Amino acid sequence: MNNLTIEELLDKYPFVTGYFDENKIDVSKYMDRTFEEYLRDISDEDVENWAIDKDKLLEDLEIYIEQMVEFLGIEEEVGVNSLTILSGYDKSGIKEGFDEITINKSEIISIVGPTGSGKSRLLADIEWTAMGDTPTGRSILINGQQPDKKWRFSSNNKLVAQLSQNMNFVMDLTVEEFLELHAASRLVEDVEDTIDRIIEGANNLAGEKFDLNTPITALSGGQSRALMIADTAILSSSPIVLIDEIENAGIDRKKALELLISRDKIVLMATHDPILALMANKRIVIKNGGIEKIIDTSDEEKKLLKELEKIDKTIQEKRNLLRDGKKLSII
Amino acid sequence: MNLIIFSGPPSSGKTSIILKTIDALKKRNITVGVVKFDCLYTDDDILYEKAGIPVKKGLSGSLCPDHFFASNIEEVVQWGLNQNLDMLITESAGLCNRCSPYLKDIKGVCVIDNLSGINTPKKIGPMLKSADIVVITKGDIVSQAEREVFASKVNSVNPKALTMHINGLTGQGAYELSTLLYDEEQQIDSVQGMELRFPMPSALCSYCLGETRIGEAYQMGNIRKIDLGDEHE
Repeated sequence: MNNLTIEELLDKYPFVTGYFDENKIDVSKYMDRTFEEYLRDISDEDVENWAIDKDKLLEDLEIYIEQMVEFLGIEEEVGVNSLTILSGYDKSGIKEGFDEITINKSEIISIVGPTGSGKSRLLADIEWTAMGDTPTGRSILINGQQPDKKWRFSSNNKLVAQLSQNMNFVMDLTVEEFLELHAASRLVEDVEDTIDRIIEGANNLAGEKFDLNTPITALSGGQSRALMIADTAILSSSPIVLIDEIENAGIDRKKALELLISRDKIVLMATHDPILALMANKRIVIKNGGIEKIIDTSDEEKKLLKELEKIDKTIQEKRNLLRDGKKLSII
Repeated sequence: MNLIIFSGPPSSGKTSIILKTIDALKKRNITVGVVKFDCLYTDDDILYEKAGIPVKKGLSGSLCPDHFFASNIEEVVQWGLNQNLDMLITESAGLCNRCSPYLKDIKGVCVIDNLSGINTPKKIGPMLKSADIVVITKGDIVSQAEREVFASKVNSVNPKALTMHINGLTGQGAYELSTLLYDEEQQIDSVQGMELRFPMPSALCSYCLGETRIGEAYQMGNIRKIDLGDEHE
């Protein structure tokens, strides 16, 4: 790397532009020289004024390139096919009510239990790929094996993406600018196509459609959630998605889950809404910091789900009629 | 005794993260004390006291808090040793984003939050760039995409650091941080002679010395003029 000119460097590793941008490095006059030469020419005055650490910039560039090359490599690998949780102990030190549970990609598992019962801890165990070294003593396996340490320590390869009720968009950008930025951070090659797919996906979920020029902070609650879900499904690097309730307004929740599992995600969903909870084939019951039991969704519950979906559909239809300014009737 | 230096912009969640992390350390019977550095005011010491954590605070007043930190860290370490602490944490807010209190060979943790804006990693100097661990907070209220973009920006200014997402409210991730902080091997009995990771700015102009009048005649020492281009010439 040290012998390449900056032009050669950018040619070989186009993502290095990101490193230069974020570190406020203008290499335009140094294309035919090496990065080391660029650094050598920075005056002592500039070093002090702009708090520049030459050695670190050089060292960091090397680490950055290594990380990105590895990151691109992982994309091509098989990825995460299954997640296994091996049992530990609850807050009172009592063994959890199961031995192990494996969740495969494109599978949904729901999580139930009161606030403070230990959902955060379970999630933290998964995120940190616990190896019996967290307060619960649980272990996490990926593809049936002890996970690679990269899941713990790499900032670009987080295992779990989270979607929760309290989330908002905070950036001052339009939908298009925002998706471009996210795609760039994920080193996506065909940005335009990716953005199109996300918009299509999001509009398919949202009650009201939106276009690329809408500022993300101006989206309605349902539109925001639809965009977040479509973006997480299509662009997020994380193979596991944790959903903390999806509000039953302005968004087709069934389609949202279908979109996630169609993108090979492993979906964990904390919810007390029977329509969502029963969509999963299993539910994890959390109590006193531990998993008390795992319940298989029964045939009767599946039948009940059909009934509940019918009621839900009626409510959705009435909501749409209201939005359109129509009068409602009993049937 | 272990020494850990926490730093980060105001209101980024430093105190919440430290409190949650100490909770996890306490369960392992590790005694932790905190010294909080601030400029004009802080009542974070009360939060630590309530949690039963030995705490001292230092207000820098008319001095830059990071300069104040550098002039007092040895005394603070001696206080920690007298308290028989296993770990001493110092907490200070980087106010102008230019200084950084980290010392070479002492673990430095930077806390920044997702709400601070996408260009924040670019704006913060050595406080973020030379940290060993970067903790990103408030991830529970922004979208997954913004979290990912923010983390990738942090990574490109400090690829060497370990970046973690911690929820200061639920403490999710704080236990994990605690396992990275305590190191039985590290025994500090003084920081005399240690070096800052990065020099602080040598700003000494007439206003540093109490000048209040505006105008070129009153400006002395280290003066820099804004570049407004030359179209007005």
